[in-house]
Amino acid sequence: MTHNESMTIAPILEVKSISKFFGSVIALHDVSMFVRPGEVTCLLGDNGAGKSTLIKTLAGVHKPTEGEYFFEGKPVDFNSPRDALEHGIATVYQDLAMIPLMSIWRNFFLGSEPTKGVPPLRRFDVSHAKQVTREEMAKMGIDIRNPDQPVGTLSGGERQSVAIARAVYFGAKVLILDEPTAALGVKQAGVVLRYILQAKQRGIGVIFITHNPHHAYPVGDHFVILRRGTIYGDYAKADVPLEQLVSMMAGGADLEALSHELASASRTDTGRAAEELAEAAQAYHATAVEAAEGATQDE
Amino acid sequence: MTTTEEAPAPPETADERVRRVGGLANLMTRPEIGALAALVLVWVFFAIVAFDNNFVSMAATASILNRAAPLGILAVAVALLMIAGEFDLSVGSIIGFAGIAIMLMVTPGSAGGFGLALGPAIVIALLITLAAGLFNGILVVTTKLPSFIITLGGLFIFRGLATAAARIRTARTQLGGFGDVPGFDILNALLGQKIDIFGAAFDIAILWWIGLTALATWVLLRTKVGNWIYGVGGDTNASRNVGVPVNRLVVSLFVLTAFAAFLVALIQVTQFGGADSLRGEQQEFNAIIAAVVGGVLLTGGYGSVVGAAAGALIFALVQQGITITGVDADWFKVFVGAILVLAVIFNNYIRQRAQKR
Ligand SMILES: Nc1ncnc2c1ncn2[C@@H]1O[C@H](COP(=O)(O)OP(=O)(O)OP(=O)(O)O)[C@@H](O)[C@H]1O
Ligand SMILES: [Mg+2]
Repeated sequence: MTHNESMTIAPILEVKSISKFFGSVIALHDVSMFVRPGEVTCLLGDNGAGKSTLIKTLAGVHKPTEGEYFFEGKPVDFNSPRDALEHGIATVYQDLAMIPLMSIWRNFFLGSEPTKGVPPLRRFDVSHAKQVTREEMAKMGIDIRNPDQPVGTLSGGERQSVAIARAVYFGAKVLILDEPTAALGVKQAGVVLRYILQAKQRGIGVIFITHNPHHAYPVGDHFVILRRGTIYGDYAKADVPLEQLVSMMAGGADLEALSHELASASRTDTGRAAEELAEAAQAYHATAVEAAEGATQDE
Repeated sequence: MTTTEEAPAPPETADERVRRVGGLANLMTRPEIGALAALVLVWVFFAIVAFDNNFVSMAATASILNRAAPLGILAVAVALLMIAGEFDLSVGSIIGFAGIAIMLMVTPGSAGGFGLALGPAIVIALLITLAAGLFNGILVVTTKLPSFIITLGGLFIFRGLATAAARIRTARTQLGGFGDVPGFDILNALLGQKIDIFGAAFDIAILWWIGLTALATWVLLRTKVGNWIYGVGGDTNASRNVGVPVNRLVVSLFVLTAFAAFLVALIQVTQFGGADSLRGEQQEFNAIIAAVVGGVLLTGGYGSVVGAAAGALIFALVQQGITITGVDADWFKVFVGAILVLAVIFNNYIRQRAQKR
């Protein structure tokens, strides 16, 4: 799917004039946004801008106080995250939604357990669950020898990787990622960006929250900037150069990395996203290039 | 993820991110390990101290198991509920409540009852008892208050209802004559009879206890509902966010606990031929103690039904050991209290091993 084709496709998920109040707190006011299948919508903004609140509303955790929610063109009214999951919307929450005392495989499938057998003997297909967990984690570049290990004993990045692998596995139509790369090493961050591109190629709509413009710019198709609970702007990639994006993401970038990135970004036009990813990754670390090339080859 | 492509082959760095867990270390993180060890210790202790009192005998063993069975049945449900992060302090009162409900249904109209046949009487009493569990569960999920407080209210409400209903209808709080109800023999064969093994009388309730423990263990470890129970107990919000129907699960578990109380009540009504509105007093605490001694975390998210069964057995062992040695019964409380504290300390250690980052 090329960039131009996708511009004409109807959004898979769209909210119009959403507001969310928590008592006297106005977390979101008159927010509209959308994501098309096969596109990556980057949701950017300062701390406390309302990004997590917005995606929790999309994921069925919060009910919007006001506004409309459309999925595949039809109005929907999610009463729980389960409703959203059943529509194929999977989310990596900022707090990861992991149970520390439970094993990796139990966490991976919590709420979406594969079963075998007929009632009343229907049971959790444990061996399948363990195998899938191991495979999906291996794809993330994390070798778990023992899927029985409690998630609480994993490192922060490993835990984040489990949450991402789980959402990628279950996100049939829309994948929502709330700062998925925050705790990740260079290589794993590269893998996540590559995942986002793969999901995009499969026609999945991706909503990607990050404070890192070097992660957002290479994969994003358009950039929604949230400021103090309202939409500040929604820019297609072609209309916004990286430096402008960075300046709009108040406080999002450290300047040294920024100038580094500017240098590498100016060498390329806004070409294919995977190539840019390779560029950005190169600016970081040589190992990330491997992952990015993998993504390019997949196309 | 539907792609079948190979992993991005990062072997040299992946290895150092792996943490190996050995067999023994794995065993040490099992929730019931402490209770099983304590079970052996307590038994050996009394086997030595009370050897002259025939502690190691068929009769004493039968007596221990007969004591453990009703508590164990209760502890199965209470353990599941506690692993899901909730308490039910009303479960002892519900035993009394259910017993009175059963007896009021079968007692003839002339004596103030409803004079129903055994079958309908049991079904109606069961529905009333399950409604009590439903009441607890719905109140807990709608108010979002700690179940500890809600069911503390239930502890008084259901005990009071049992006593008041019995007194209003029959002017008594102890109702007998269950043995004369037509059909009693069938019920007795199922729930009340004693089985003679080498001259010792074992309650058939022991089989119910074992069966329910096995069933609940299977549900907990091998079904999706079991996965939800652990998840909800570990982190309610996270579980809800990944799609676990939290409210439905919690309400169901309260209903299940009420069901266990009903079963215990029915067993005891059959065994004793009647009900007493005071029956089941303190069983809520005893069941919690059995579960906690068995490795169930007070804060939820961790534990096992086998552990709770071991906890119930320890409870009965101590009770029998104290009785048989003729030591003042006050020491029983000291003993149980000490075991409870030791178990919590030990289980806390196990939990930290499992949770440590
Ligand atoms: N449940 C709640 N009750 C009250 N206020 C809330 C609640 N959830 C969020 N808020 C408020 O809404 C605002 C937006 O929070 P949100 O978590 O969406 O920010 P964010 O953009 O994700 O920030 P960050 O980049 O730090 O993750 C904050 O001021 C927060 O305090
Ligand atoms: Mg946030």
